[in-house]
This record gives sequence, C-alpha cells and structure tokens, in this order.
Amino acid sequence: MTDTVKKTDTPPALDDSAAPAPVTDPRLLVREQGFRGYVTEFKRKVRGGELGSIPVVLGLILIAVIFQSQDSSFLSPDNLSNIGIYIAGPGIMAVGVVFVLLLGEIDLSVGSVAGVGAAVWAVLSTVHGIDDGVAVLCAVAAGAAIGTVHGFFFAKVGVPAFVVTLAGFLGWSGLQIWLMGSEGTINTPRGSLVEQLTNFFFDDIAAAYGLALVAVLGYLASMLLDSRRRREASLPYRPLSEVALRTGLLALVAFTAAYQLNQARGLPLALVIFLAVLVIADFVSRRTSYGRQIFACGGSTEAARRAGINVERVRITVFMIAGTLAVVGGLFIASQSGGATKSLGAGNVLMNVIAAAVIGGTSLFGGRGKIWSALLGMLVIQSIMQGLNLLGMASEIQYMITGAVLLAAVVLDSVSRRTQKTAGRA
Amino acid sequence: MSAAPVLALRGVSKRFGAVQALTDVDLEIRAGEVVALVGDNGAGKSTLVKTVAGVHPIDDGTVEWKGRPVEINRPHDAQDLGIATVYQDLALCDNLDVVANLFLGRELRRGGVIDEVAMEKRAKELLDTLSIRIPSVRIPIASLSGGQRQVVAIARALIGEPEVVILDEPTAALGVEQTAQVLDLVERLRERGLGVILISHNMADVKAVADTVAVLRLGRNNGVFPVKETSHEEIIAAITGATDNAVTRRQQRTAEAAS
Ligand SMILES: Nc1ncnc2c1ncn2[C@@H]1O[C@H](COP(=O)(O)OP(=O)(O)OP(=O)(O)O)[C@@H](O)[C@H]1O
Ligand SMILES: [Mg+2]
Repeated sequence: MTDTVKKTDTPPALDDSAAPAPVTDPRLLVREQGFRGYVTEFKRKVRGGELGSIPVVLGLILIAVIFQSQDSSFLSPDNLSNIGIYIAGPGIMAVGVVFVLLLGEIDLSVGSVAGVGAAVWAVLSTVHGIDDGVAVLCAVAAGAAIGTVHGFFFAKVGVPAFVVTLAGFLGWSGLQIWLMGSEGTINTPRGSLVEQLTNFFFDDIAAAYGLALVAVLGYLASMLLDSRRRREASLPYRPLSEVALRTGLLALVAFTAAYQLNQARGLPLALVIFLAVLVIADFVSRRTSYGRQIFACGGSTEAARRAGINVERVRITVFMIAGTLAVVGGLFIASQSGGATKSLGAGNVLMNVIAAAVIGGTSLFGGRGKIWSALLGMLVIQSIMQGLNLLGMASEIQYMITGAVLLAAVVLDSVSRRTQKTAGRA
Repeated sequence: MSAAPVLALRGVSKRFGAVQALTDVDLEIRAGEVVALVGDNGAGKSTLVKTVAGVHPIDDGTVEWKGRPVEINRPHDAQDLGIATVYQDLALCDNLDVVANLFLGRELRRGGVIDEVAMEKRAKELLDTLSIRIPSVRIPIASLSGGQRQVVAIARALIGEPEVVILDEPTAALGVEQTAQVLDLVERLRERGLGVILISHNMADVKAVADTVAVLRLGRNNGVFPVKETSHEEIIAAITGATDNAVTRRQQRTAEAAS
C-alpha cells in the first residue's frame, strides 16, 4: 500500500452530496435482534443448503449411540483417549488436504509422502546415527520439497494436480520402499522424539483442564472483542446471547473431553500438537491475506489473477504445506505403530485423510470449507474404525463402511451445493 | 487539452493464434479526461483494455505511463502504476462475500491480520454513495443479480486509489437509475483529475460524459474525435466504416415510412 502522497484514501465517490440517501431494499431479509433472530437465521441457512457442521455432529452422535449400544466400552475414557491420540497423525495430514481442496485441487500423494517422511527420519536417525531432532527436521524439509515439486509441475507446467500427485503417489512409495530396502522395518528407539509424539502424556490433571479453560476463555475473549469493535463501528454484531450459547457449547465439549482424558492417561501430547496445528492453520486460512488468496484461487482463478494475486505462488505453497503436513502426520503414524515400515502410509491412509476433509464439510469443488473439518471428519472416521475394532470386525468391513461414509459425505456436498445454487448462494 | 498524457499506447498489436485482435493501435488518455472507446462487437475494445490491465501482455508497440515506457506483464503491474479496470466479464470470486471481493488483493490489515471491521465499514460507505441495494455486504457474490455484481465490480476499481480508471461496458447490465449513477460517477472521477476510459455501445451515454471518442474498427484505429464537434452520424460512420451503413439505411427507411 503506497498511499503516502495522497492526502486521503476516501474513494472518489464519497464526496458526492447529490447521491440519494441509501435506501434499504424492502425485500431484504433483516435479521431480528436477539436469540429469536439467531434461530430464524439458522433455519434459513439450513433450508438454503448451508449445512455447515450439522451433518457431522449428528453423525458423531449417531456413531456414539450405535457403538455404545453394541459395546459399552466404546465411550470409556480409555477408548476415547485412544481416539484422541489416533486422530492426530491422519488429522494433521487432513489439514494439508483441506488447504489443497480449498484451492479446488486434490492431493493423492499424502499417504506415500508420509511414508517417505517416516523412512527418511528412521534411516537418518537409526542407520546413520544422526541426531534425532535433526533427522525429524530433515524429514519435514523433505516433505516440503516434495510438495514444492508437485506444486511446480501443477502451477508452472500446467499438469492437472490429480495426475501429478497420482504420479507422486506411485513414485514416492517407490522411494520409500527403496529407502527402507535393507532394513524392511525400523523400530522407533525408546525415548526418541518420535516415540514421544504419541506416547507422552501430561498426566497432571491441571493440564487438560487448563487447556480447556484457555481454549474457552480465548474463544470468548476473541468473540467479545470482535463484537465490541463491530458495535463501535456501528456494524451488525453478534448478540450476547449467541456469544454465550457458543461459548457454553465449546465449554461443554472441552471440559467433557478434558475429564475423559484425565480419567485415562491424561492429556496426550499428540492431541495438543494436532490442536495447535488446527488453530494455526485456521488462523492462516481465515485471518491472513494469504488465506484469502487461497479461497480466491479456489473460487475463480481468473478473478484472483486479475486482482493481482500471484496464483502460481499460492498454488506451489499450498502443495508445499500439504507435503509438509503429510510428513508430520507420517511421523505420528510411525510413533503410534512403533516404527517406520515399507508400507507406512499405504492402504487406506490416503482415503481416510481425504474422506476426513470432505466429511468434515470441505467442498471438493474448491473455495468452500473450514480447517476444522479435518478434526470433525477425522473424529468420524476414527470413531468408526475404533468401534468396528471393538466389535471385532475385519478390516475389509471397515474399508466398506469407510467407503460408504465417504460416498455419503460427497453426496451431501454435491446436493448441498445444488441447493445453494437454487437458493442463490453458490 | 495540451497536457502530456498519463497513459499512452503507441503502435500496440496483439494476436490470438490466428486472430490479429489489435493492429498498430494508438490511444492517449490525459488526467481529467474521459475517453470513450467505441467500436462494433469484436472490434478489439476489450482486448485493448486487457492489454493495458496486464491480463494479455502486448506483442508489439509500447505503453507509456506519464511519458515513460513501461512493461505491463501482469495485472499487478497495472495496479501498481495506478490503473484500475472494470472488466466486461467482471472477474469476481463467486464464493467470497462482497467485502472480500472489494478488497481482494489489497486487504486492509491490522498487525498483519485482515481487519474485517474496517473493510466492512469502508465497503458500506462506498456502496452507499453508489446507492446500490445489496441485501448484505456479507453475502457471497453468487447471490447477487447481474447489475448488483456490476456495481460491486465498479466499486472494486475505486478502492485502490487509481489514476486511470477503465470501465468496459459498465452500464450494460444496469437499470436507468444505476446507469445515471455510474455516469455521474464518471463525471466525478474526471473532476477529481482522473483519466477515464469508458467503453460503451450506448451513443447517448458516450455523448453525455465523454470528452473524446476513439473509434476502433477491426482492431485498428479509425479516428479520434472531440465529442462536442462531432455528430452522431460521423461517429457511426467511423464505427461501421462507411457513410452508407445499416444504421443510416434504417434511419432512411423509418423516415420514409413516417413521411
Ligand atoms: N482470449 C482470446 N483468445 C482468442 N481470441 C480472442 C480472445 N479474446 C478476444 N479474442 C478475439 O479478439 C477479437 C476482439 O475481441 P474483443 O473482446 O476485444 O471485442 P470487443 O470490441 O470488446 O467486442 P464487444 O463489443 O462484443 O465486447 C475478437 O475477434 C475475439 O474473437
Ligand atoms: Mg468487449
């Protein structure tokens, strides 16, 4: 912004006294004040196809009810704590996938990139005896480099992203097998950084409750501050009743989770890192210019380009983020499964990660979605897998059910998009 | 109008595959001047606009900004110079709301974070002065009518403090009142000392606000006329390339039928 010479940044139209006073359109749906207004607005949105997180939350409740009725240990603190740990790895990968989906593209390589990352770390730290932390950094850097390569071929060369990442899917898993070749499997050394990722717990009960409290207070403060600024600028703002309701719901969820975690082994480090990744990614996507640019490119590439956005840079960096987070997720998976293998990240990991992003409510069509869908979607998938495991179902059944859930989510996405179109909101 | 032009095109050519869209086109815009760019469908008006705006880099010729040759290869380059463009095909992001579109690529920030409150406030003020009726500045562009989108696109061009504003058929989708508003706006831009390029098929609009009419025909210059001393017929003749054209023939026919 170089508006140093200009005395004012008021747009030229502002000095017009002849313009008639702004007229409000009588057809406008004006939102009623207070809580009633909130409810009517909510109903209108749902009818217009803006389902938001409702289907996922309903789905989670349904899953809990079904499995709990089959096996009463489903909602036990230990099982819930395990779900909390197991969602971290794939969940972090799903955050990267959400970024790619927002761009309107897809990354089919995250599973094999996770595998390569784990292999790089394992080979460097155990075979070559490099310092554990340095090995982790090298693995993460490798993920960023791989993502950049994908982004380069997509943005600069113009190869469709699904082809680039499909080639990557095959190529990188080849590299992974080659890297692991002489060993086959490398176990995580005791006490190593990666081992700690999913095996460390803050067992002081103050930790979980403290985190819940910080989250609730932070959320409340940011909403109140925002409301105050909007009121001062005489813009529409959230009524206090809505702020209270939202904070109350968050507090309920956060403290219940904290209680359950404390009943088990305490607050898992894995969950803390996953939540941190979510908060940071959500901030970047919604509150920074870079995030806005991602949404713009996902909505209309040409409009973004003409607005002066460097579309190629946005595309390359988004794939870089996806690659980086894929490796971070891969290290969590290695930690959880006890080591790096030739097949880490293969199988249903890729599908689960993409499914999580879509189930959570991020559109496959680009430009619409939230980072938090990675958490919600991963919760759905992991709950189903845990539940089926408890019931002793074989993995083939799990595959079929996860496939069906993914299909349902995509159908919901397509239908809600169509409803939004007819309701004039897409 | 003897001042040096702010923006000048000299011998600009642009080719799309087999189509020579522009051949050796010259155009000058001075501060405080409204230049109407007219020509038939496919004459190359939008292409000319897009070359200046950096959407399609030129093949040949030079673009001069305040007397100095400049390279405009990306939309960003044009924006940095101070050229704002309202495209015929609008170029808005359907999934983003009105505020986000208005400030796209130049968000107001507060400590590195997008300042939604300040943006929304300024968006409201700007839209109010253009007397646009939009249900809310927080709804996605997808839910606006064609005319509402057009005004959002125009408002967007005014946010970045431009020195030259290019409007490609800004009134094509507008109602009578909004058209008058846009023409008023063009006059206000001129009073503020901005250069304006206005593309329009509506001769009444052109005669109402323009100082100069530049005619394009089949991708070439076909005359630059001062509006005051030029008749409607002369402009039409330049656009169609003949004094005997469809427009004059039709006028003759209706005149004969009336007598
Ligand atoms: N992106 C493109 N690729 C190929 N040819 C193009 C492209 N854009 C324009 N053209 C061609 O260039 C010529 C000029 O088009 P242009 O859009 O500039 O016309 P125009 O004067 O703006 O017409 P209108 O009054 O209908 O808007 C046309 O023959 C068109 O087919
Ligand atoms: Mg045109």
